[in-house]
Amino acid sequence: MNEYTGVRGTVWFRAFTGQASSMPGDPKSVLTADAPLGNDHARFLCVVPDSHARFPCARHGEVGLEEAATLATRVREVIEHDKNTIKRPIVAIVDVKSQAYGRREETAAIFLAAAAAAGAYGSARLAGHPVIALVVGHALSGAFLTHGYQANRILAFDDDGVMIHAMHKEAAARVTRRSVGELEKLGKEIAPMSYDIRDYAKLGLLYKLLHVENPERPSQQEIRNVQSELVAAIVDARSGPMDLRNRLESTAARETRKASILVRTKLAAQWLEN
Amino acid sequence: MEQIEFNYPAKRKVPKRAHVGVVGSGDLEVLLEPSEGEVAHVFIRTSVDGFRDTWKAVLDRFFTKYDGAVRIQINDAGATPGNVQLRLEQAVEVSDR
Amino acid sequence: MNDKGYNANFINRQSFIELDARERATALFDAGTSRELLGPFDRVESPWLAMQGVTPQEDDGCVVMKGKISGQAAVVVALEGAFQGGSIGEVSGAKMTAAFDLACADNERGIRTSAVMLLETGGVRLQEANLGLATIAELMGSILALRKFAPVICLTAGTVGCFGGMSLAAGLASYVVMTREARLGMNGPEVIEQENGVEEFDSSDRELIWAIHGGEQRYATGLADALVDDDTPQIADVIRRFVSKGVPPVHRSSQVALYRNRIAKLDTSQQWDPKEFRALWTTNGSSEEKR
Repeated sequence: MNEYTGVRGTVWFRAFTGQASSMPGDPKSVLTADAPLGNDHARFLCVVPDSHARFPCARHGEVGLEEAATLATRVREVIEHDKNTIKRPIVAIVDVKSQAYGRREETAAIFLAAAAAAGAYGSARLAGHPVIALVVGHALSGAFLTHGYQANRILAFDDDGVMIHAMHKEAAARVTRRSVGELEKLGKEIAPMSYDIRDYAKLGLLYKLLHVENPERPSQQEIRNVQSELVAAIVDARSGPMDLRNRLESTAARETRKASILVRTKLAAQWLEN
Repeated sequence: MEQIEFNYPAKRKVPKRAHVGVVGSGDLEVLLEPSEGEVAHVFIRTSVDGFRDTWKAVLDRFFTKYDGAVRIQINDAGATPGNVQLRLEQAVEVSDR
Repeated sequence: MNDKGYNANFINRQSFIELDARERATALFDAGTSRELLGPFDRVESPWLAMQGVTPQEDDGCVVMKGKISGQAAVVVALEGAFQGGSIGEVSGAKMTAAFDLACADNERGIRTSAVMLLETGGVRLQEANLGLATIAELMGSILALRKFAPVICLTAGTVGCFGGMSLAAGLASYVVMTREARLGMNGPEVIEQENGVEEFDSSDRELIWAIHGGEQRYATGLADALVDDDTPQIADVIRRFVSKGVPPVHRSSQVALYRNRIAKLDTSQQWDPKEFRALWTTNGSSEEKR
């Protein structure tokens, strides 16, 4: 149930835009389309598996060099285009297996490509574009930092197939020398370590947790509901500051991220001294 | 995770606080602060359980030569007695400078 | 070599790598101008480690210092690589982010304040998983805001290097400074070997590791702005230079078309020899400047 299947991204991209294709010249692993959303014309972006991807380590839904570079390009395009006009919403539909783990990737500085994509999303947000991330499946580690984590508002489905984490279970089990079962149990006591999206929600980073019966086969009504939620998130994003401070202001954050809040308060006080 | 506390008699006031060390594998950090009264309090947090006697031996030895009124906090990640001794001496050196 | 049979310069050099985070940060400031914020005696430590049997460090492995560099206001955040591999937890990440936000606010008030981040880190601290990852995202947001006003300089000297999610923070920096010993990359050799096998990356091949992730390679491929010796005065001088230089006209991570074209032209049918890759990489783009 937890496994990455690689289909959800395409399903939801098609649900919102009526198509599932990449822009001319782009790799098939990045879907980009502009479509109506509420009263806006939003840009939707999604990374999907492409078994024919040029880079062998990026063929199963990983965010690799081409994916990151393409995301950066398509997001910057929106910033440039909307420079002197209304800032369109940018919606990242997120179901990514991981970043790409390869020698080619490291040699050609995937860290920079990833930074470029994240930087594009973040710059769009700072320029006034509402950036929304909808996590429909997996959002792991470097892949999520690259595609989605710079959003003003993050939404996710409350489904077992949705997972946000820093390292997938098998690898984390190996590194911490525990069994997967032990890790899952630990997650019940320590919210930031949990693989369960409902525990992730306790960290206060999510704008909303949405319920969809079967995220791989949503009904028309469910699609319309999720669209309304995206629109509400856009309105909410536009009503607030363009930085990420809202993540620490939620009720849940005030409970689980007390240390973060304390750091900010104390540091601000000491900054001004002498 | 173990928390261990010891108290020792103290005679003199101590000029200033000191921090030395890093909680790296086989290492420890020491926070030494002046305190009121004629006691030295030592608080140890260690990730290696079952060595209370060893800690006591090291500290007993340290306090035969040191008589400052202090609060010492130790965060330990498996340092040898030799390393503990070293860090305590470093802390004293900084504090008495 | 002099007539005494040894290299006096090498013996007399003041190793930066041997310094801990606090000493490294202090060394970058104009003498006597720096003070630490939220130091160990403030006791703001990780709320998550002790319950998992891991001894916390009182500064959570992150040193924040404020002072002057080349007479200008600056903030330095330094990760302690010896504590949990310099990994990012809730508190260490929050310290970095808050420091950069405060620097940004000062810039907005007209006090030009630069930032230096000393990154010795493997990325997210697994014991704090999602809070570590989230705080890296927040830090990246803060870097983006701050770098418009003043340079955000990344310094990675080793021995830990800069990996994982924090490599993206390095990617957003205005300038990257590395020693030869240092390494910078998203995924370390062990992780790649684990995920895609020893053929993909033999993590026991030290030469390969430095040929791909090492400071010299990163500098030769235009991904680092300076390659420094493990020498404290030299490093401090280079940092001063970048503080004075100010914000670059275009940040590396904003040069999207350049890097996209370079990636598009790569022949992916085989692995590349790292030395040959240098020429491949820097001539792939159409006329572009090295800064």
